[in-house]
Amino acid sequence: MATSRRRSAAAGRRAGAAPMLEKCPTGIQGLDEITEGGLPRGRPTLVCGAAGSGKTLLGMEFLVRGARDFGEPGVFMSFEETDEELVANVASLGFDVRGLIRRGKMALDWVRIERSEIQETGEYDLEGLFVRIDAMVGRIGARRIVLDSLEALFSGLPNEAILRAELRRLFRWLKDKGLTAVITAEQGHSALTRHGLEEYVSDCVIFLDHRIFNQVSTRRLRVVKYRGSKHGTNEYPTLIDENGLSVLPISSLGLDYPVGTERISTGVARLDAMFGGEGYYRGSTVLISGTAGTGKTSLAAAFAESTCRAGGKAMYMSFEESSAQIVRNMRSIGIDLDRWQKRGRLKFHTVRPTMYGLEMHLATVHKLVDEFRPDVLVMDPVSNLSSVSRAEEAQAMLVRTVDFLKNMGVTALFTSLTGGGQAPERSDAGISSLMDTWILVRMAESANERNRLLYVLKSRGMAHSKQMREFELSGEGIRLLDVYVGPGEVLTGSARLMQEARDKARATVERRGFERRQRELEQERASLRAQAGAIAKRLADVEAESRSAATQDRDRLQTLASDRRELAQARKAD
Amino acid sequence: MKKKRQPSDSLAKFEKAARKAARKTDETRRYVLKLYVAGVTPRSSAAIKSITEICEAHLKGHYELEIVDIYQQPTLAKGEQIIAAPTLIKKLPLPLRRFIGDLADQERILVGLDLRPRK
Repeated sequence: MATSRRRSAAAGRRAGAAPMLEKCPTGIQGLDEITEGGLPRGRPTLVCGAAGSGKTLLGMEFLVRGARDFGEPGVFMSFEETDEELVANVASLGFDVRGLIRRGKMALDWVRIERSEIQETGEYDLEGLFVRIDAMVGRIGARRIVLDSLEALFSGLPNEAILRAELRRLFRWLKDKGLTAVITAEQGHSALTRHGLEEYVSDCVIFLDHRIFNQVSTRRLRVVKYRGSKHGTNEYPTLIDENGLSVLPISSLGLDYPVGTERISTGVARLDAMFGGEGYYRGSTVLISGTAGTGKTSLAAAFAESTCRAGGKAMYMSFEESSAQIVRNMRSIGIDLDRWQKRGRLKFHTVRPTMYGLEMHLATVHKLVDEFRPDVLVMDPVSNLSSVSRAEEAQAMLVRTVDFLKNMGVTALFTSLTGGGQAPERSDAGISSLMDTWILVRMAESANERNRLLYVLKSRGMAHSKQMREFELSGEGIRLLDVYVGPGEVLTGSARLMQEARDKARATVERRGFERRQRELEQERASLRAQAGAIAKRLADVEAESRSAATQDRDRLQTLASDRRELAQARKAD
Repeated sequence: MKKKRQPSDSLAKFEKAARKAARKTDETRRYVLKLYVAGVTPRSSAAIKSITEICEAHLKGHYELEIVDIYQQPTLAKGEQIIAAPTLIKKLPLPLRRFIGDLADQERILVGLDLRPRK
């Protein structure tokens, strides 16, 4: 360990006064990120892995990109494939090796070793190989070189002692020439490489892995060591597509994405109301989980459609249905996706999960989002991604997807199918904790029918409704029904209708009773008023009578008094 | 007779006949040999000396020996698929054979050049 440190320190001094190790960018997507700049410049890097893991491709891409993008010509020494085979193999990746060779940016050499032709007759060295490399490097002024793969020498040359000594000399020589070299080697059983090449090439070792799980292959890349430099130590998913090799260092994304308070409509007016009237947060992640046929896809499509209608762009990744089928089905509930697809605001990406491994799916998400720049991404459903991998890997993939989408500010809606018999709040991939908003849809069975219920299980950072709501899919779209505000429990479907009818009947009965009581009272009041009138009249009569009686009495008294006076006069009383 | 593999009978017969014919014409067959060396090193000199001796002793008059310094003609190293130095290539008679090393083991070379029967 101490010696190796000394050695690297010496190498650092040789490279110049720069305190940092100089890097040589590979141009391979993602690899420069995890190696923090590229391969060690002027040193050999060992790339090991099993057959078919992409070693040759990595080497070839290193050279092609070097020659094309970084102005560093390169030499490819092939010990396995002929020049023509190599050129043809990488032509499918859009690498014009022949053109680069013609312009003197690249040189290929096929080193043919035929063991049956060779006889050893004494001491020798590999000067022939050195001369060939030197001639090509000198001819095009190469800065990079790939040796693919030196192990052919082990099977071609019988004397391993000489070979090992020569290899040591070769690597030293490559370093002295300042060539950034990629040495490929087959994976060994107990060691990194079959013939222990890591013994000689110890500055940087990259391991390529190719695993099959459930008949689906997954490629991975790991930087085993990188002397004198920091590097990502994880196994990174890798894929080979029409653009060559790409490494996806997305698990390195941190939790420091920007957030906003802007909202985006859910596509269902009354659902917006459940989220404080405005819908989801823009850039958040939404999970809609539920059992089969509960309307997850419809809710997702409504969201995508409303985003397009509002002038945004939506991307719909379907793992179950073809785009034509989704368009047809959604048309039946009044959601016209075709219109937006034609206008280029909506893009479908439909593929079976088993089509390729999780990494490829992840990479596809990356690529599509980078190209299309959607405001909204729908993945429908994420639950069956676990069919191509173990559940925890599917979850890890989703974590990376979520991190990526959040960094891109894309509002993501995932649907997840809950199996029958599972607790409805248990989402398959265990991804609920990643989600900002979780809507649960389920079927409520009652009175021999099934009705759709929807509720918001959580929605981070907003006051949301805690009401269970029944919803209907009709020709006019998705309709959340009125909140049942009567007494008793929440009823759905016809049971709710019956309850409502019962409530209505009861209300009618009560209203009639009230009206009757009102009428009775009115009648009583009228009769009392009538009675009061009669009494008042009698009173008036009595008063009038009493007044007339009094007058009569007074008159009679006066008459009586005048009579008496007249009598007295007549009787001459005094 | 053959150590390495057990080919089918007809092939074995053919090879035997071919070898017999080859031995018969040894004296008159033309040998084309090329020796590739890397510069003037003791190893190169040893190889040159050894092959010259063999040719003079066994192939006198019906051989061509060309000595190539790959430092001088690096393109030839590529064309002839030279890896090791020194390398002796027997171009004729067929089959083509390569001998790598300083040719110190003369016995092996004689066998390889079909000048001695294989043991």
